[in-house]
Amino acid sequence: MPRITVTVDGTKYEEEVEPRLLLVHFLRDRLGRTGTPVGCDTTNCGACTVLLDGLSVKSCSVLAVQADGGDVVTVQGLADGGELHPMQRAFHEEHALQCGYCTPGMIIASIDLVNGNPDPTETEIREGLEGNLCRCTGYCNIVRAVRRGAELMRAEP
Amino acid sequence: MTETEIGRARRRKEDARLITGRTQWTDNIQVPGLLHVAYLRSPLAHARITRVDVSAARSRPGVVAAFSGQDFAAEQGSLPCAWPVSDDVVIPDHPPMAVDTVRYAGEAVACVIATDRYKAADALDAIEIDYDPLPAVTDMPSALADGSPLVHEAGNKAFTWTFAQGDIEAAFRDAPVVVERTYVQQRLIPTAMEPRAVVAQTDGDSFTLHTSTQIPHVLRVMLAATTGVPEHKLRVIAPDVGGGFGSKLQVTAEEVLGLLIARRLGRPVKWTESRSEGNQTVHHGRDQIQRIALAASAEGVLRGVKVDLLADMGAYLMLVTPGVPLLGAFMYTGIYKMDAYDFACTGVFTTKMPTDAYRGAGRPEATYAIERAMDELAKEIGVDPLEIRRRNWIRHEEFPYATAAGLTYDSGNYEAATERAMALFGYDKLRAEQADRRDRNDPVQLGIGVSTYTEMCGLAPSRVLGSLRYGAGGWEHATVRMLPTGKVEVVTGTSPHGQGHETAWSQIVADALGVPFEDVGVLHGDTASAPRGMDTYGSRSLVVGGIAVLQACERVKEKARTVAAHLLECAPDDLEFTDGAFKVRGTGAAKTIQEVALAVFAAHDLPEGFEPQLDAGSTFDPESFSFPHGTHLCAVEVDTETGMTTIRSYVAVDDVGNVVNPMIVEGQVHGGIAQGIAQALFEEAVYDADGNLLTGTMADYLVPSAADLPTFVTDRTVTPATSNPLGVKGVGEAGTIASTPAVVNAVVDALRPYGVRDVPMPCSPERVWRAIQGGVA
Ligand code: FES
Ligand code: FES
Repeated sequence: MPRITVTVDGTKYEEEVEPRLLLVHFLRDRLGRTGTPVGCDTTNCGACTVLLDGLSVKSCSVLAVQADGGDVVTVQGLADGGELHPMQRAFHEEHALQCGYCTPGMIIASIDLVNGNPDPTETEIREGLEGNLCRCTGYCNIVRAVRRGAELMRAEP
Repeated sequence: MTETEIGRARRRKEDARLITGRTQWTDNIQVPGLLHVAYLRSPLAHARITRVDVSAARSRPGVVAAFSGQDFAAEQGSLPCAWPVSDDVVIPDHPPMAVDTVRYAGEAVACVIATDRYKAADALDAIEIDYDPLPAVTDMPSALADGSPLVHEAGNKAFTWTFAQGDIEAAFRDAPVVVERTYVQQRLIPTAMEPRAVVAQTDGDSFTLHTSTQIPHVLRVMLAATTGVPEHKLRVIAPDVGGGFGSKLQVTAEEVLGLLIARRLGRPVKWTESRSEGNQTVHHGRDQIQRIALAASAEGVLRGVKVDLLADMGAYLMLVTPGVPLLGAFMYTGIYKMDAYDFACTGVFTTKMPTDAYRGAGRPEATYAIERAMDELAKEIGVDPLEIRRRNWIRHEEFPYATAAGLTYDSGNYEAATERAMALFGYDKLRAEQADRRDRNDPVQLGIGVSTYTEMCGLAPSRVLGSLRYGAGGWEHATVRMLPTGKVEVVTGTSPHGQGHETAWSQIVADALGVPFEDVGVLHGDTASAPRGMDTYGSRSLVVGGIAVLQACERVKEKARTVAAHLLECAPDDLEFTDGAFKVRGTGAAKTIQEVALAVFAAHDLPEGFEPQLDAGSTFDPESFSFPHGTHLCAVEVDTETGMTTIRSYVAVDDVGNVVNPMIVEGQVHGGIAQGIAQALFEEAVYDADGNLLTGTMADYLVPSAADLPTFVTDRTVTPATSNPLGVKGVGEAGTIASTPAVVNAVVDALRPYGVRDVPMPCSPERVWRAIQGGVA
């Protein structure tokens, strides 16, 4: 079995994995990092989105072996010493979640979006989050939250 | 008096764990020795199973056991249907794992239990199974035709159910205007974002079941009845649940089988469905054919409404399958006055996944039909769709109002909601623009859709449920405990999965007991800590469960008053309770409720006979339903060359009575509207003639993304409910009920110049384009 070295939320792991093991199952079942959920099996929902070397990926469509040598940040690694990431705060403040199942992926995808476009318009947000589905909120408050999160991220780089 | 908590847009207590990934989803659960279950599912819609051999699977690496339906036949019982709606209802045996016959594609036929989820899935390949195919029947008219393949030996008719009030024949006899239409409610897949998951454990004597459910309490009763595990030996836990929308209001095959497997192996087992598995096997919603006829005067004043409904049950009757169309039966009269109403429904078996409750359950279907038909009546009479509604709706001074469908609406103000919606929407201006585009033959036409809905929710008065033959009551329970340190613990029988009960119940308690919002904790979703409840569905949690919380608080307060009076050496009646303290009128003497709680804990100096605890429970059984209403207006642009529909603006003014948390209410409305729009424009579960589900993945079943939806403009009018002490009405389903007809009415309105009077849902570009080409649909 291949041996991989991956940093997840600041901790370095060395593990033997089956080549077919999905990154999301590696995170959830092997490392117990269950903050990142799975919502589909066709790469459509985005619930599993994490940052891999700074860019958002759907961790259900990445093999653990592909993350070898990489740096993974999940929703569990965003808060800095108890201080929430601005995007997390914005989601809370704007009521951008109900059941919260899409939320980890939605927050990570939003951070990635704002990293690439610090002041996105409503349309840019809607299109940028096209790969992340939410069944509860109707997206209005998610759009509001991303605008606010972007504002906060600009203010506190 | 400080600002009340009720009415404040409190940020949610639930969020802290949800935004940091510390949520407890069922699939997160790890216990030592946990095994994983994978199910083999029938690829055929209808077949006899002639042979199953799981022995090769047993010898695959990591496999601990493998079973077929035969292995469970003696103990698995039948999945329950709790709603035998009529004398003639046929409730077929529904084994959790098929033994000799499969009746829909996806039915479980065997399973493997292995040390990890990959190994379990791998070993499914090694199961040998032979089928003798039987003919499928996937649509209701065919299923009812002579010579149709039979889904069950007793025939394809599941039940008939009728309701009539007033003289319907007189209403239609010589009616100047009759509008008759047929609408198809396509089949939908609820698609909660969290797939189902079950973890079953046993210590050899008692059992614990974690499951992604809306109904831990109902489930416990039902599982005890089905599996023979005594109720007191079974603990059911709904941990964090990632959405339900009715789809987790069910007793599922996998929950029963999970218990049976854990019992047989004596080891903990987990099953988590894949989305494709879920699309096939989570109960579906809608799937009805509605024939509706309106009789009206020459001025468009309604005389009567007649409805003939076919409701697709799928292959079996699950928990409330046959009751869903009944919940709609009372809503076809909408907000309108008429002399007579007649309703008949036939439930039909087909070789498809069973249907059951999906957000709104019966009421979206009914509202769609009446609101679509009212637009047709307006067209027939030649008046604006809002004008036809004005001529027929119940005026605000006429409440309480007994409808032709036999309900009494307690309160409402349709005029106010409509006026507000029109102003926010810019109704007249949009109508002018529409006229202009029509004049110019603009290839992009503007359509305006109206939906003035009401619905019945807050399920439900137990006596009414009994009269409809539902198997249980509709009450809800709460216990409120003052803890020694002055904090408050609320135990609720509601089972939230995104609704924010921890927050809203804290607001109710904070006001009732005068304690800080932060000092209230809420326990739910575990039959060990919250043993009594009827759970969450039917927009019932606040209007039933919230009232139980309020009443329990009142009882705690009255107990505390006795103690405070004793401590302050006065009569209880001399005390007034404000800002969390009992104050002796006219003196400065006071005891805070926290001081009373500590005194009760210490129990050194209590009134004679007072038991040293400051707890109270309340079980609230509502007198009536709640009737939220509102006016939704939708403007769409339809590109007549491509058939593409784009929502340009959407305004919703809802009246849900008093609100506890306007932020949560708005969120519910947003999400509801999105789901209703999804039915109107995007979603459909499609089976082919052989009964294969063609929309088996998220790539085929189109749940809308942010890019597919506009920003909704929402507002509220407030006409308090008179049926409960908070004056609240349910809100969970309202948006979904209202929005589907608003959108389709808009699409059809855009296409009126082309002679179009209907577009079947979902109004995809292809269907819109075909309707334009074909004229009158
Ligand atoms: S789990 Fe759906 S995209 Fe990864
Ligand atoms: S909050 Fe439930 S899916 Fe987005």
